[in-house]
Amino acid sequence: MGTKNWPLWEIFVRSKNGLEHRHFGSLHAADAEMAIENARDVYTRRNEGVSIWVVESKNITASNPEHNGEMFEPAQDKVYRHPTFYELPDEVKYM
Amino acid sequence: MKNENLYKYILGIADNSLILGQRMGELCGHGPSLETDIACTNISLDLFGQVRSFYQYAAKIAGDGKTEDDIAMLRKEREYVNVLLVEQPNTNFAYSIGRQFLFDVYHLLFLKELEKSKDLTLSAIATKSIKEVSYHQRFSSDWIKRLGDGTNESHQKIQSAIDDLWTYTDELFHQTGADKAMVKEGIGVNVTTLKDKYYHLVKNVLVESTLKTPESKYFQKGGKQGIHTEHLGYLLAELQYMQRAYPNMEW
Repeated sequence: MGTKNWPLWEIFVRSKNGLEHRHFGSLHAADAEMAIENARDVYTRRNEGVSIWVVESKNITASNPEHNGEMFEPAQDKVYRHPTFYELPDEVKYM
Repeated sequence: MKNENLYKYILGIADNSLILGQRMGELCGHGPSLETDIACTNISLDLFGQVRSFYQYAAKIAGDGKTEDDIAMLRKEREYVNVLLVEQPNTNFAYSIGRQFLFDVYHLLFLKELEKSKDLTLSAIATKSIKEVSYHQRFSSDWIKRLGDGTNESHQKIQSAIDDLWTYTDELFHQTGADKAMVKEGIGVNVTTLKDKYYHLVKNVLVESTLKTPESKYFQKGGKQGIHTEHLGYLLAELQYMQRAYPNMEW
């Protein structure tokens, strides 16, 4: 039984309640249920998470690296778009 | 030994998990896929974690200076009292999963009863283990269904594994002398009362997996008395190698 026929899944794990799910990595699984179990075994055995999302990699539409110039570079000289010109209260931890 | 029955009773529980843990650990680096490999090794580690608590307790009861490692690693084959089921080899993935499933269903039923034990240490270990073993059962049951209801080849392989391993299931419900003594004291689990529920649960999963429940009425026994199949010696040779080659070694 090889894995070559198992599709690839992207795994998102929420580390703590209140935080967002983050991309942890990808793995192979036959279906979504198996992807969650595999993700549990591969990524969350050491208390890393409280919730897992899985999505089949083929369902992700990615930007094309060749278009990086037109997509991202125009933002580089517009420093005023960064919210760095005011002070963030200490109480706001996750920003 | 003052509490000899309790000591023997603990070994009866722990040896099952030790030997099964070693079998699952053998798949490390050999699982059918990276993800399944990690899952099987995780199960192995869970089981080893559980047996440490049991052997530590057994060492305390024995009180003869032997450590958990001595008890786990330095007994002779005939002194291991695990059931024959858990020592059966990883013939192929279907056998590994079939063996795991047939044990997990028993294991969870057993731990849920052990949790009610008057012995607080045993009860606490049971409580801690139940979550892990619930996951083991979920994992192995899922795989039984996937293989049974999968391709013709996977169906046929898991069916032969279940057919072959079936003969070792009845022994799970045999009582030893230590069992009977501990049941009397409200410490042990009366395994005979788990039997009907066990076969019912197993059958449900097999039916859902489009597998036949074996009808064989001939069952093997002996593990609980230390009379093992030919496979255990080889397993112990590997398990005990480090402690025997380098006595008292520690990590």
